Amino acid sequence: MASQGNQQQLPSGILWLRENLFPNWWNALLTVVVVWLLVELVWSLADWVILHAVWGAVDPEGLVPYDEQWRLLLSAAVVVGLVIVTMVRLARGSALAAVWAVGAVFIAVIMWDMVASIETNASPEACRAPEAGACWAVIGDKYRFILFGRYPFDEQWRPLLAMVIFIGLIVFSCLKLAWKPWLALVWAGGLVVCAGLMYGGFWGMRFVNTELWGGLPLTLILSVVSCVLAFPLAIALALGRRSDMPIVRAICVGFIELIRGVPLITVLFMASVMLPLFLPSGVTIDKVLRALVGITLFAAAYLAEVVRGGLQAMPRGQYEAADALGLTYWQKMATVILPQALRSVIPPLVNSFISTFKDTSLVVIISLTDLLLAAKVSTADPLWRPYFVEIYVFVAVIYFIFCFSMSRYSQWLERDLARGQRRDARQKVAVMARSGPEGGGA
Amino acid sequence: MSPEHEASAPEHEIAIQLLGVNKWFGAFHVLRDINLSIARKERVVVCGPSGSGKSTMIRCINRLEEHQQGRIIVDGIELTNDLKNIEAIRREVGMVFQSFNLFPHLTVLENLTLAPRWVRKMPRKQAEEIARHFLERVRIPEQADKYPGQLSGGQQQRVAIARALCMQPKIMLFDEPTSALDPEMVKEVLDTMVELAEEGMTMVCVTHEMGFARQVADMVVFMADGEIVEMAPPEVFFTNPKEQRTRTFLSQILH
Repeated sequence: MASQGNQQQLPSGILWLRENLFPNWWNALLTVVVVWLLVELVWSLADWVILHAVWGAVDPEGLVPYDEQWRLLLSAAVVVGLVIVTMVRLARGSALAAVWAVGAVFIAVIMWDMVASIETNASPEACRAPEAGACWAVIGDKYRFILFGRYPFDEQWRPLLAMVIFIGLIVFSCLKLAWKPWLALVWAGGLVVCAGLMYGGFWGMRFVNTELWGGLPLTLILSVVSCVLAFPLAIALALGRRSDMPIVRAICVGFIELIRGVPLITVLFMASVMLPLFLPSGVTIDKVLRALVGITLFAAAYLAEVVRGGLQAMPRGQYEAADALGLTYWQKMATVILPQALRSVIPPLVNSFISTFKDTSLVVIISLTDLLLAAKVSTADPLWRPYFVEIYVFVAVIYFIFCFSMSRYSQWLERDLARGQRRDARQKVAVMARSGPEGGGA
Repeated sequence: MSPEHEASAPEHEIAIQLLGVNKWFGAFHVLRDINLSIARKERVVVCGPSGSGKSTMIRCINRLEEHQQGRIIVDGIELTNDLKNIEAIRREVGMVFQSFNLFPHLTVLENLTLAPRWVRKMPRKQAEEIARHFLERVRIPEQADKYPGQLSGGQQQRVAIARALCMQPKIMLFDEPTSALDPEMVKEVLDTMVELAEEGMTMVCVTHEMGFARQVADMVVFMADGEIVEMAPPEVFFTNPKEQRTRTFLSQILH
């Protein structure tokens, strides 16, 4: 009894620690070992990434100059603060997103001068020092090529602007207020502007052939445009596969199984090498366009099966209720079945989008310089050859930012769409209590 | 039995006519030679043991199930494979299901206005007016902006009735509308149906609520093993059934 009384006087944090991390001697030992390993790992990573990293700034040892190091420490402190705010759930949902956004802007502001100096002072000399960590100077030297590939150097503001418009379009499409029919027009307009910027050939902008497109804009164009086109195609294929009409069904099943049965590389190879052989001489189709078609068809086959899963999970009663009200097939699908079916398959849909985004890196085999190939090419520079890891880390971070954003968005979307329609037990009781009197009296 | 003769009865008097209807689920003969004629404003209650084909029969009336033999004529239109006919009949026939089948992704008001707006091409404002009118009728006007999942079973079924009424159908089909409800919610749904019956709606109702049958039915149809065993006005049906099977059934459900 006495010890129990003692326990209750302890702060809850220590109580939690005792119960979960140190309940007995072997768990305590395990906790200590794991914590030690974690600290070692984080410390050596931090050492490589930040403390001994060569940022290219002028300093005899290639390190961040002494009077600039406060920027790193302050940034690290902000990150730690953000992580703590997230973990103890001081803020949630959009408030949390806002806190992170403010933090990111703050870090960007204090790091700006230092990062800017990476580009101007990029030199591999400092990285050769034996105690040097990550050689971020290589990014400073190569980032233009990694991001934009072989696009003419002094015209690279065009793909940058196109990319900003493109990402703007995507973010805009994620907002619920944009889910109206006119969104298709916005996309059409946005894509025309992007294409105009990328191609050029008017208003004093030099014409740039798709052969020279590359880097992140190419990766984004290939993945986003093919997903946007593949999605409606996938819905059509999924509906076709469940159609009563045998020929329609056979065509859809044939297409889906054929495309799913071969690797993406084969599809790309067919589109790039075999297709021109079948075309009449003199007719050529743009290589990027061919890759786009290949990826679209491939993504559509996979998405179609995801959508079909959603359709099959729909209770029969929903079809019957829509039929009984006299809705036609297309009205029924558009207003009753698809809105519910697609909602239920958001996680696998996003899964497919993410893997399509990463699969676009396979266009290397038809020698399109996407983000990954541009990175690989830039590792070939003999001056910077030992620092390929930094380049790949840089590219990995870019891929991660996009994929992680998609994942988070889908989780938010799922929760947002479910709100109001499913209720937990507590809400149910409240509803019953409120509606009880008039419900019973009716 | 002479289907041609029955078919020639004055069309405007007859709302639903089933002539020699047969249906099989695989090898299982679920409907055997069903002949049934329902006049306008007539209220028919269909009862019978489970598996007797009563749900299948009323689901044939709006082609949720396809019959394989015989003729079904609804509101003067014969049910064939012609999609036009099927859609025309479904516009005039409302249906209420055992499991409500409300659209969970739409609010109550959206559930009610969906079909009038898409099928009847009604302007949104008019459709909403009608929807609110029928919500008033089923006594839940305050639930218009909730989702079906936030309502009790009885409320959901009343919304489902209102949803069917919003299409202003000539005929209403009820497929065991109270079987999925908790006992305390059965009455609120039955009250709504009684009101509807008293207003002169043509109704076909599959139910085991014999009190309801006594109160409103013009005709009680007893089905067993896929055939109509007995058909009589409620006062005869409950007090003086002719068939042994009817008597057995009644003794089982009336205590």
